[in-house]
Amino acid sequence: MPENNHAHIRTEPALGLFFWLIGFVLLILMPLLNVLPAEDSWLHLSDFSLNRFGKFLAFAILALGLDLIWGYTGVLSLGQGVFFGLGAYCMGMHLMLTIGKESVYGSDLPDFMVWNQVKALPLFWKPFYSFPVAILGAILVPTAFALVFGFLAFRSRIKGVYFAIITQALALVAWLVFNRNETNLGGTNGLTDFKQVLGFRLAEPGTQRALYVLTVLCLGCAYLLCQWITNSRAGRVLIAVRDSEQRVVFSGYTPANYKLFVFVVAAALAGLAGMLYVPQVGIITPAQIGVLPSLEMVIWVAVGGRGTLAGAVLGAVSVNWARSVLTNYFPELWPFILGGLFVVVVLLFPDGLIGMMRKAKEQIRLVKATRVSQAELLR
Amino acid sequence: MSERGSIIYLDGVIVDYDGFKALNNLNFIVDYNELRVVIGPNGAGKTTLLDVICGKTKPVAGRVVFGKDVELIGKREDDIVKLGIGRKFQAPSIYANLTVSENLDLSLKRDSKNVFPTLLGKSTQDERARIGETLERIGLSDYAQTRAGSLSHGQKQWLEIGMVILQDPSLLLVDEPVAGMTDKETEQTGRLLQSLAEKHAIVVIEHDMEFVRQIARTVTVLHEGTVICEGTVDKVQADDRVREIYLGRQKVAHG
Amino acid sequence: MKPSPLCILVLGGFLFLLSIQAQAADSKPPSALSPVEQALTHITSEDEAVRDAALRTITEQGDSSLIPRLEEIRANVDRSIRQAIKPVMDLLKNRAKLESSEADARRSAATDLGTSGKAVAIPWLDQAAAKEPNKWVRYTMEESAALLKLAGDDQVARLGAIEKLGGLASQNAVPALQEFVTVGTAAEATEAQQSLAKSAKASIERIETWAAWSNAIETMFRGISLSSILLIMSVGLAIIFGLMGVINMAHGELMMVGAYATFITQELFRAFVSPAFFDYYFAVAMPMAFLVAAGCGLVLEATVIRFLYGRPLETMLATWGISLVLMQAARVYFGDLTAVAAPAWLSGGVQVMVGVYLPNNRLFIIALSVVCVLAIYAILFRSTIGLRVRAVMQNRNMSACLGIPTRKVDAYTFAFGSGLAGIAGWALTLIGNVDPGLGQNYIVDSFMVVVTGGVGKLAGTIVASLGIGGLNKLLEPSMGAVYGKVCILVLVILFLQWRPSGLFAIKGRQADT
Repeated sequence: MPENNHAHIRTEPALGLFFWLIGFVLLILMPLLNVLPAEDSWLHLSDFSLNRFGKFLAFAILALGLDLIWGYTGVLSLGQGVFFGLGAYCMGMHLMLTIGKESVYGSDLPDFMVWNQVKALPLFWKPFYSFPVAILGAILVPTAFALVFGFLAFRSRIKGVYFAIITQALALVAWLVFNRNETNLGGTNGLTDFKQVLGFRLAEPGTQRALYVLTVLCLGCAYLLCQWITNSRAGRVLIAVRDSEQRVVFSGYTPANYKLFVFVVAAALAGLAGMLYVPQVGIITPAQIGVLPSLEMVIWVAVGGRGTLAGAVLGAVSVNWARSVLTNYFPELWPFILGGLFVVVVLLFPDGLIGMMRKAKEQIRLVKATRVSQAELLR
Repeated sequence: MSERGSIIYLDGVIVDYDGFKALNNLNFIVDYNELRVVIGPNGAGKTTLLDVICGKTKPVAGRVVFGKDVELIGKREDDIVKLGIGRKFQAPSIYANLTVSENLDLSLKRDSKNVFPTLLGKSTQDERARIGETLERIGLSDYAQTRAGSLSHGQKQWLEIGMVILQDPSLLLVDEPVAGMTDKETEQTGRLLQSLAEKHAIVVIEHDMEFVRQIARTVTVLHEGTVICEGTVDKVQADDRVREIYLGRQKVAHG
Repeated sequence: MKPSPLCILVLGGFLFLLSIQAQAADSKPPSALSPVEQALTHITSEDEAVRDAALRTITEQGDSSLIPRLEEIRANVDRSIRQAIKPVMDLLKNRAKLESSEADARRSAATDLGTSGKAVAIPWLDQAAAKEPNKWVRYTMEESAALLKLAGDDQVARLGAIEKLGGLASQNAVPALQEFVTVGTAAEATEAQQSLAKSAKASIERIETWAAWSNAIETMFRGISLSSILLIMSVGLAIIFGLMGVINMAHGELMMVGAYATFITQELFRAFVSPAFFDYYFAVAMPMAFLVAAGCGLVLEATVIRFLYGRPLETMLATWGISLVLMQAARVYFGDLTAVAAPAWLSGGVQVMVGVYLPNNRLFIIALSVVCVLAIYAILFRSTIGLRVRAVMQNRNMSACLGIPTRKVDAYTFAFGSGLAGIAGWALTLIGNVDPGLGQNYIVDSFMVVVTGGVGKLAGTIVASLGIGGLNKLLEPSMGAVYGKVCILVLVILFLQWRPSGLFAIKGRQADT
């Protein structure tokens, strides 16, 4: 890849002030604002807002993984939606099964199966009665899938654009398969109407609050994990692979293994994100796992600032928040805005929001330095 | 040929690109700890020779033997590198977005360069010392924390040489190391390579005849994919065929 | 008193007049009524046997001129008689139609007679077949005649019919033939039935073998027609990718632009041009589609793509953004569904052999793709412009040094590739609706073609599109479209294991990208 003056950005020092500050706000302040102030006080953070933010943070976990493979390693995957979906559906299946007799048709089988006249629960659903299986599955299924897919792809040195196209085809195929009624995953309507998890009612604000806090904690852990990876020597190898894969080979490394490693990590994070998404949003459909959602995920990272972990989180939260607000007021305008965002960010702001902030900081520093040296001269 | 045998031995190698023979029945031998310079006009097959050794290009015929009896044809590039072959490319191939010392740190020879050891590994005192040493050798001690992309062209070339040195290869392949350098830098590079030749075998591709004179003991002249002459610099420069291919080309250029 | 001569004369005249009137009242002497006429009067008789006989007579000897009269009679009788008359009317109608000057009419008449089950039609069909010039109409006539003979009693005739149907490879005959086999292989079958069964079995085998072949050919045809569309789409994409390393995710939307341009041309023609020339809109729409799409491509290149050279991944993202914008714009402006009427001369098709029907519109698309490939080949390899394009494709810097305006080459190549997409859109209006999501259906497949075919050689794109399109259609009947696609994706990934740069990537030293 030609020397790209933009993409030099590396992580901030570990656990800086910012990290703790944001962590405090997310983990402590926001839930408190939800619980303590009275409902009509302006300080009150509504259940709806907290819940929505939980969704954004789940997305942020996915964005971290995508940043690892794209921002750091230079491998563009247009199929993260697939791994997200696999994780979400695993949890979704468990939640469907816990509805039990409270479903519309009152049978132990999920509603859509009754509707489709499926007589017995398909074999692959059975393990998901158990909560631990759902948790493990949500992470391991996408991981296993990424392992196989990545192994085949990276070993044969499918690169760059070709790899991106293949992952896009994967997203399309996954969408097609999940949409089929025969797959017994709810078809176009997906899985929804969940009632409870581990005995806690999902409709209760308390449960949602707990899920929110859980998401924040998972995000923190994911962030630390990614920090650890990028600050290690392996992290530098990743950057090296992005900038000069040929030299990496001649330094004695096997780039394919490193790519596979981060690809799998990203898939696991995506699965985790999916798992946290489903109980908070209450529904998962194939519309969240196809070509377009996977592309949007890339834009989150691009807007925030690829090659920086903070950027991934910032991008995921800000773009989704913008989407949430704008589709409310200007639903027909959103595709234009999203499309425009793609073009503008790539052309004009390749370093994203974090990049802009850094440039601003640099400008201020330069101005200060100039003033200082001018002062010196005048003395 | 010394009694220890050769470090690299190409036997009847043919590389065919859709009818055009980049290497045409090439025989090429380099001894252990020898400094060999390969020259020849453009298109003679010099870079292709290096590509074949590194596994980047697959010949349609012939053998490439490394050391005693390791056949290189068919091996993957990263495996060949791990056997102990290092290469410095024509265009500086460094990690622009990492600092100079990080560049060197990654290149350092280690027991394992797999993912998990690299993930978990820490720099030892020994390793840091070696990096410091190399920085001295390539004259970049003051630039240890500089982003490698900001270096000058000559400095980048040296950084790359430094990276290759740290890999501690038994065979170094150096492709036009002094392209774009000043006279002073060229001389310094020459000395660096000569000091390296005491412990490693080096094959250098070059065009700059002054530089070749400075460093070479044996010169191989390549033309249209085969060796047309091999010997000391004087012998090669006096050879009729060599003069023809160089002077003859000059005639065309003027005509 | 004696009658006077005058009185006798007057009386005589009066009697004469009376007798004439009486004669007039009696339309025909009873003995001079034709059987058909008699039958007509007997239709309404109380006695069922008489009615049946009457109907039979009419059928055998009547013709279509009787239809209006039968219609009249029908209007005034009760239901059961009405129901009895209807088939007779149909038979007579069809019999007349067998003589029609339109081949289609003759054919449909023969088909109807074949399914009527009325043996009386057999001689009509035989006669008509004997003088029928059109191969396929004759086929239908013979088939129908044979089908009717099957139901008869004459053993020889039935055996003959069974063989004939086998020879015709008639799918329609299979159920009836199956019957014979079932009956003939049962324990209590008579010898006659057994021989019928044997013959029927042999015929069924012939028919099914033929069906297997014709199915295969039709599938192949459908595969080729799908491949042609893919090819036109992918060639533009491949040229652009090969030249500039740009993957244009908005390529599908450029196809959509071409399709909408066709639609608008159609509307303009409808509004401003006389109906006699309406069908020409299609021909006019082609350059329109090309130009509009090429224009969009030029704008796209100048405003976005050119700033992203050497950054293929970023280009993918930026062009995807454009694609979203274009799709939404189309949705907002045109709504979700528009239909383009195919011109009359492209409807219908060609029956190549039994069971293989090739629609004209798909034949057209295949021809179009061949023309496109030849044109591209001619331009790329036989013209100066093409030489420049190829030079820039292989070594940009050197070409610039030699004075080739690489910027311009990029711009017009991109425009050309986009124009090709526009043409693909134009052709697509023949077989599908025009909606904003049109491009999305083909774009992922086109990318796969480019990836599999490799970049730099036209042959790669051609082979890859034939492969992927053909495989798509081949797998569809057994796996369904979706699992077919899954299968193809897996195959492509495995294929890339063996050849990571595609089928026909350019060999040789390439500048490190």
